[in-house]
Amino acid sequence: MRMLMPWIVGAIVLLVLPIFFGGRSQLTIMSQMSITVVFALAYNMLLGQGGMLSFGHAVYMGMGSFLCLHVMNMSSFGSFPLPLLPLLGGVFGLLFAIIIGSFSTRSAGTVFAMISLGIGELMAALVLIVTVFFGGEEGISGYRDEGLPFFGIEFISNLEVYYLIAIWMFIAVALMYLFSRTPVGRMANAVRDNPERAEFLGYSARRVRFVSFAVSGFFCGVAGGLSAILFEIATESDLNVTASGVILLVAFLGGIGFFWGPIIGAVVFTLLQTVLGLQTHLWELYLGVVFVGMVMFFPAGLSGIIMAHVPAAKMGKLGTLVGPYLTCVLPGILGGLGLAALIEMIFHVRSGAEGEHHMVLFWIDFSTHDVLPWLVALAVAVIGIGLAVRNAPNFKAAWENASTLPEAA
Amino acid sequence: MDLFFVNIIDGLVFGLLLFMLSSGLTLIFSMMGVLNFAHASFYMLGAYFAYQISTVLGLGFLAGLIVAPIIVGIAGAGIERYGLRRVHQYGHVPELIFTFGLALLVQEVVKLFWGQNQVPYAEPAWLDFALFNIGENSIEAYKVFMILISMLIFGGLLYILTKTRIGMIIQAALSYPKTVEALGHNVPMVFMGVFGVGTALAGVAGVIAGPALGTFPGMAFTLGSIVFVTIVVGGLGSLWGALAASLLIGWITTFAAAYNFEFKTILLALGMEEPALIWDSKLRDLWTLTLPQIGPILPYVLMVAILVFRPQGLMGKREA
Repeated sequence: MRMLMPWIVGAIVLLVLPIFFGGRSQLTIMSQMSITVVFALAYNMLLGQGGMLSFGHAVYMGMGSFLCLHVMNMSSFGSFPLPLLPLLGGVFGLLFAIIIGSFSTRSAGTVFAMISLGIGELMAALVLIVTVFFGGEEGISGYRDEGLPFFGIEFISNLEVYYLIAIWMFIAVALMYLFSRTPVGRMANAVRDNPERAEFLGYSARRVRFVSFAVSGFFCGVAGGLSAILFEIATESDLNVTASGVILLVAFLGGIGFFWGPIIGAVVFTLLQTVLGLQTHLWELYLGVVFVGMVMFFPAGLSGIIMAHVPAAKMGKLGTLVGPYLTCVLPGILGGLGLAALIEMIFHVRSGAEGEHHMVLFWIDFSTHDVLPWLVALAVAVIGIGLAVRNAPNFKAAWENASTLPEAA
Repeated sequence: MDLFFVNIIDGLVFGLLLFMLSSGLTLIFSMMGVLNFAHASFYMLGAYFAYQISTVLGLGFLAGLIVAPIIVGIAGAGIERYGLRRVHQYGHVPELIFTFGLALLVQEVVKLFWGQNQVPYAEPAWLDFALFNIGENSIEAYKVFMILISMLIFGGLLYILTKTRIGMIIQAALSYPKTVEALGHNVPMVFMGVFGVGTALAGVAGVIAGPALGTFPGMAFTLGSIVFVTIVVGGLGSLWGALAASLLIGWITTFAAAYNFEFKTILLALGMEEPALIWDSKLRDLWTLTLPQIGPILPYVLMVAILVFRPQGLMGKREA
């Protein structure tokens, strides 16, 4: 029962979310989030659980997406229930992964990474060449509501689509979790950590990698099918190397060490992309800074940071961390925001229209040609980051104290 | 025939340019054991710094050629010292991901400072003339200048690596870092230096390629993956392999772009009949396919084929 709790809570959250966030765009964002969750978890099947770094994983999702759209454009689509479409996408992704995996999974490491990059570039280029199948630069589009009504539901409203995608996401996440608990999922971990030893135990490392790769391809295809349903279009940007890079970023941001890490990554990333993307043109810059900082200082990702609090919580020492958080992390965040304000102002001055001096930042309206706003932003940045750096040793000490057992007296 | 010689020269220019990037990258690979995704970003920084120095500040092309690579090299050494060395303790995959994130970050920073569009960085006026003619095609002096600079750098690199004491220490440190350290050499310092010089070389490539290929925020990603292909095809860690693969890929892409060979010819030779309404045919892409269209993907085909059939590359000794 204890093991089932997170799943029940998750299902209830998915069920009631539309009550609080029922707007059209909110529903779309949540649907997009769910698709990214499936894709990121499928990707982490390779990176986190199998130790294979892929730079062309969007290919399998994109292929699933394109093929599903072709199915949607068939004249017989009217007799096909839409909710089963992602399954078809999964089968397409699986078939494609079997073809590519048959030669790319021979070894992990650099060879695998480079083959995946090559395949990614090849497929992205093919999209523009093979217009019969990929539709060239416009891509392929279709209509989801032309399918066979499913118990009277035609999937016209965003709410119906959200529930369809959420249910698929829940099933896919559960299946991927169960896969990671099967013997073959465990062997993937073994091959990741020590392929030689796994071979001595009588397992073919290549075969284990191949199975992981194929299963991952299946779930990528499912994500592709869901994306075909949500956006009703597939283009080159769905399977190019940039899309593959994004999913690597998402998985790593969330943390590849825990099964649920990429879920957090997908949620946070989609929020950043949609919410921050509306606020600033420079969200990719901030994303880049956060990403590089994450790799340098917290390679375990967001889930790693969360899990690092567990030992302290178990010993009841979480309270001792509040002070250091307030004196170190909070000024750091404020300083970072000050720095961001400076960057935004530079950007506004450099690329704003001629004579356009007004800008609104953090709900404050001011002119970029006054000195005061620059001074304020600079002061916040310097003082905030200065305080954070000064209190960092304290923070570290408090942290070590909170996460270790007290000395036996 | 004239066109053939012109393409030989164009391919040589592009190949040598690739080599300036791949030589540094392959040295860095032998040292860290990790591919540096951000290598082409230093190439881009070289071009932008040179633009800033030569055009915006108006100090002239030569000033850019000398100063920009130095700044790039210092930046590269700093990133090795304060970024990569820190990430190294976490293992290979985080290192690779770090360089990948760095590449993204550099692109965004460049966009912040110089904007989304191509900047007007042009070759200097004193190199902007036709040096000689092949048939009716004139060869610009700038192309010959690019070839000369690249050859000069390759010669210098080869000399330093094989004939000088520093070169010996570098070579030894790449193969047996622990032994070299035990002999009293500062191996981390050597690595930082190699990284700095490698990125400075990429900077030089950017300075001279910026005017020819365009200076825009996407230039790193356009060339970056081709550079990877080059060192994988040539054999990771092999300088001569990098040279061979650079020239090979330079010529392949140039020739593929220059000859408008139509695949229709093959289909007709196979006895197939050209459909009257080409846009209704399922095979229309095959009928309209031309060599320049598939030119850009030939390097990737080559790389995948090499990785599948000869993972150590053309001249590499170890498996990638």
